[in-house]
Amino acid sequence: MLRALIAPGFFSSSAVTLALGVGAAVAVVGAAVGVFTVIRGQSFATHALGDIGAAGGASAYLAGASALWGFTVVAVAGAAVMELIGIQRLRGRDLATGVVLGVGFGLSALFLYLGSTYDNTTGAAVTILFGSIFALQGSVLPFVLGLGGGAIAILATLFRPLLLASTSPDLAAAKGLPVRLLGVGYLLAMAIAVALAALTVGSILSTALLIGPAAAALKLTARPLPAIATAAGIGIAAVWLGVLLAYDSYRWPPVHQGWPASFFIVTLVLLTYLAAGGVSRRRARRPRPAGPGPASPVDVAAERS
Amino acid sequence: MPRREPPSPAVPSDYALSVEGLGVRFGARQVLEDVSFRLAPGSVAGLIGSNGAGKTTLLRAILGRQSLSSGSVHVAGQIGYVPQKFLLDPDLPLRGRDLVGLGLDGHRYGLTLPSRTRRERVAEMLDAVGASDFADTRVGRLSGGEQQRILIAHALISEPALLLLDEPLANLDLHSAKQSVELLARIARARNLAVFISAHELNQLLPVLDHVVYLADGRAVAGATDEVIRQDVLSRLYRSHVDVIRVHGRVLVVAGESGQVVS
Repeated sequence: MLRALIAPGFFSSSAVTLALGVGAAVAVVGAAVGVFTVIRGQSFATHALGDIGAAGGASAYLAGASALWGFTVVAVAGAAVMELIGIQRLRGRDLATGVVLGVGFGLSALFLYLGSTYDNTTGAAVTILFGSIFALQGSVLPFVLGLGGGAIAILATLFRPLLLASTSPDLAAAKGLPVRLLGVGYLLAMAIAVALAALTVGSILSTALLIGPAAAALKLTARPLPAIATAAGIGIAAVWLGVLLAYDSYRWPPVHQGWPASFFIVTLVLLTYLAAGGVSRRRARRPRPAGPGPASPVDVAAERS
Repeated sequence: MPRREPPSPAVPSDYALSVEGLGVRFGARQVLEDVSFRLAPGSVAGLIGSNGAGKTTLLRAILGRQSLSSGSVHVAGQIGYVPQKFLLDPDLPLRGRDLVGLGLDGHRYGLTLPSRTRRERVAEMLDAVGASDFADTRVGRLSGGEQQRILIAHALISEPALLLLDEPLANLDLHSAKQSVELLARIARARNLAVFISAHELNQLLPVLDHVVYLADGRAVAGATDEVIRQDVLSRLYRSHVDVIRVHGRVLVVAGESGQVVS
């Protein structure tokens, strides 16, 4: 049974081990950033940074550099421009994101076009836009761990002030916290997470890996740190299972060519999110166990709807 | 330029809040002019005025988030602040208990280290505002009145000298509003802090108010409730004839010419 699921040679392939390692690291960073992203309601910005990251990946390909650096530099620059345009004002948020997204797509089109003219294939474009986790170079691992560690360090340092500012800028400001600077720190961590996710599942699909596990985790747990741990677990499971299925799919009809891991990963994330929604709805219907307290979740749900 | 200053020996420290000759200007427009009042610890004061009278600007000035064009604000310690609008996503992974904890150490960097003292202080504070029963529910799923209790606990746990509330009764039903007002009065006496409540309607606060700061067109009169809510005083403030009518223990302030009920 296990034999049928795990194809021979799965664990001995160095491409697979690297994919599993990078995938796990990316899932952990994505979980920490993703939970804050969902709390702050900045999923659109994350998506935009992922899309414009394609411009970075494509230009890095043209310059013969690693796609990771292209993703990272452009995502950080994009985050900086969003900040300058005014992403932290509620009314400026969609505007700033939309403007940066448009420019990013334009640049992506240019670089991908130049790249495909340059070597006459569309392989680079597919890799950058949709990812190619089995084609990672071993040399990328230290950089993934370094960048990911940096993003985690930023979030761990800012954790409490950022949590308060993300929940209510008013409460944070009343405590004398630098709300805007906290937002900048978050954007930096998010840009790194987007670049790492783009490396794993491609720039177009990076949002799914960042937002999906966090959104599912938020339905399952009511506390911030456990939410991050749950999101990390969901992310790792989705990436690993996705890699396994992609490896298996080389034996699948019709073409015996293998399906992209990105497809499996984002599909698994979506299924987990739907399942988490179901679990949370069932919990809401079940009356709270007898105990002190006038407000049962049922009352609250009725009141909110 | 006049700024918020730390308490100095020149100012009597037996006041929780001293506002002296405060003015705020937005460009050419004088939004607040020569506002002066003092609040003693253990007292409850209302900041009354219609929309646009300058209530929010005055609160922002006290919080140090609005620069002054004249005058000064002195607070004898920390300020606890309860904002007006608090719309949260029901899925936000934050329990009431967590939000109160952030009131204690949300300004500190690094992760929260679990400790018994912290847990106990949070539990004690939740108990003091009557929020223990729903402290483990996500804040976004609480009713308006429940959220407000959590926010009051969040503000109180840092042991402020002054508790500022921006329109706390605006979104509450009558019963919750009454409970909320009684809770605030109890807190002021028990913890010996000044509670300053902004409202556009006077009557719900009337039973507990020691002082009123009444704002109209950026100018203020302040004092004991009976000294302020008077026909001559409010007519002078509005610079037109105003009637103060008392019916069954309620007060109506009616603008003379239009007959419009002001508060």
